[in-house]
Amino acid sequence: MTMSPSKTFAAMRSARPGLAVSLSLFALAVVILMAIFGPIVLGSGNGLNPLMRLKPPSALAWFGTDNLGRDVFVRTISGARNSVMVGLSTAVVVLLIGGTLGVLAGYFKWVDRVVMRLADGLMAIPGILLAIALVSVLGGGLVTIIIAISVPEIPRTARLMRSVVLSIRELPFITAAVSVGSSTPKILLRHVVPNAIGMLSVQATYVCAAAILSEAALSFLGVGTPPDVPSWGNVIASGKEYFRLAPWIIAFPGVILSIMVLSINIIGDRLRDRFDPRLAARKAS
Amino acid sequence: MSNFVVRRLLSVIPIALIVLVTVFLLLHIGPGDPAALIAGENATPAQIEQIRERLFLDRPLLEQLFLYLSHVVQLDLGQSVYSGLPVLSLIAQRIEPTAVLAVSTLLLSVLIAVPMGVWAAWRAGSTVDTALIVASVLGFSVPVFVIGYVLVDVFALRAGWLPVQGYKPLSSGLWNCFRSIILPSVTLSFLFSALVARITRATMIEVLAEDYIRTARAKGAGNRRILVVHALKNIGVPVVTVVGTSFAALLGGVVITESVFNIPGMGRLTVDAILTRDYPVVQGVLIVFSFVLITVNLLVDLSYALFDPRVRQ
Repeated sequence: MTMSPSKTFAAMRSARPGLAVSLSLFALAVVILMAIFGPIVLGSGNGLNPLMRLKPPSALAWFGTDNLGRDVFVRTISGARNSVMVGLSTAVVVLLIGGTLGVLAGYFKWVDRVVMRLADGLMAIPGILLAIALVSVLGGGLVTIIIAISVPEIPRTARLMRSVVLSIRELPFITAAVSVGSSTPKILLRHVVPNAIGMLSVQATYVCAAAILSEAALSFLGVGTPPDVPSWGNVIASGKEYFRLAPWIIAFPGVILSIMVLSINIIGDRLRDRFDPRLAARKAS
Repeated sequence: MSNFVVRRLLSVIPIALIVLVTVFLLLHIGPGDPAALIAGENATPAQIEQIRERLFLDRPLLEQLFLYLSHVVQLDLGQSVYSGLPVLSLIAQRIEPTAVLAVSTLLLSVLIAVPMGVWAAWRAGSTVDTALIVASVLGFSVPVFVIGYVLVDVFALRAGWLPVQGYKPLSSGLWNCFRSIILPSVTLSFLFSALVARITRATMIEVLAEDYIRTARAKGAGNRRILVVHALKNIGVPVVTVVGTSFAALLGGVVITESVFNIPGMGRLTVDAILTRDYPVVQGVLIVFSFVLITVNLLVDLSYALFDPRVRQ
């Protein structure tokens, strides 16, 4: 026996319990507190201790130690700051540039032609490879990494915003605004952008999650944040050579990184259920 | 139909051109002198000068671009600064492991994810459906390298069933190659099947809500007939689309997976080239990966014409 469409959607909504979202928000809050206060309380975790090399988790070092005797727990906590910073900054950069390009492309035909051609071209280069190549020519450092991760994400966001704006501009209140003689900038800022904010916030969560993963991937491949700047990615990378002897170096930051990204994605999904105009249209019908 | 095919074929040209210009410009957007960047920190001025001449870096930018494009068109991707070998032959040496990994992941993911997605959509709201949603969010939240190490730990180090790392080429026998690629492709399949399953489920839910499904039901068609005859026929296009759009993620995942499992493929070639500042190789790999991606998306679009008669008009 199958359900009617409306019942199916009701079931879908109840299938995502509030519990998952609450847990995600809690996890996110913990990580952000860690990112803000962790390094102040515990230090950077760069202190070397040759006597404590590759020690398993214990009361002294909760997550064990790495090959240089550094405390993995302290490094994971201080890594949270850089990983979260890369995630948030990338989301801001991508939304500002990609969002603006998308809104303009959705509203002006000639911008559309140029921007979408460029987007097609950039999207034909696998994102992580483009990011690796950018880091290698621009040099290491947090700012470079944020730029390198942003570039491949911008076309995707521009595309999404364009499609959202295309559907908004067909709505009656835009026609009304045009007919009462509102200027184009005013229509864009007062009517189009506010209605696109919902989807933009959904996209922000996905970009943030993807950026945290990309930073980790870049660091893992050895082209990410410099070794003395701990991030989840380069803590994991430092355990690469020792994963048979000391799996904890990868395991703990790996699990925390996964929980963080998972939480952001769950929150993003919830936001999308609320804001996606396509889902809303279906619910209304 | 032929009109659609011709138009789609022509649309590849600007995309390919943008890729090539981007790849060419990569070397020139950095803060320093590209020749010095390639030569490395310990190079003498004479060496830098030599590189500048060999790569035409002393010419005006537009002329360089033109030279670069004309070489690429003749399938000349330059020589490795490091080994002096042609980039194309370096890539050719490394293409097999990457292709085997990508194809096996693709097959595994589609075989798992499409039936799972259909099942979840058919039972939308049930425990199976919830489980699939959770699993798919997990699939693209857990980094490929974390999954990789967990699998290595369980199936290679503890159980001893499979090799820990490394790649056995096809020439060493199908069985050996298969054994060496199981863990890497299962690892990468977590990510890829998550993407495919999610889209399959969403599309299938949409298809099941269509009028023609209701009509079929009204005419007394059984569940199996509705699923096989009416619904599955219509998920071809979206599933092929998602395979196309997530192919970029697959190629990115290949690069990381090769690093986890020590597979000497194109991903490793890229990472090694970056670490040794071998930019012609980096550019060459970017071009080859991008052209694979462009071709896959072209094939995906052309396949629409097969699946959906409306596209042909």
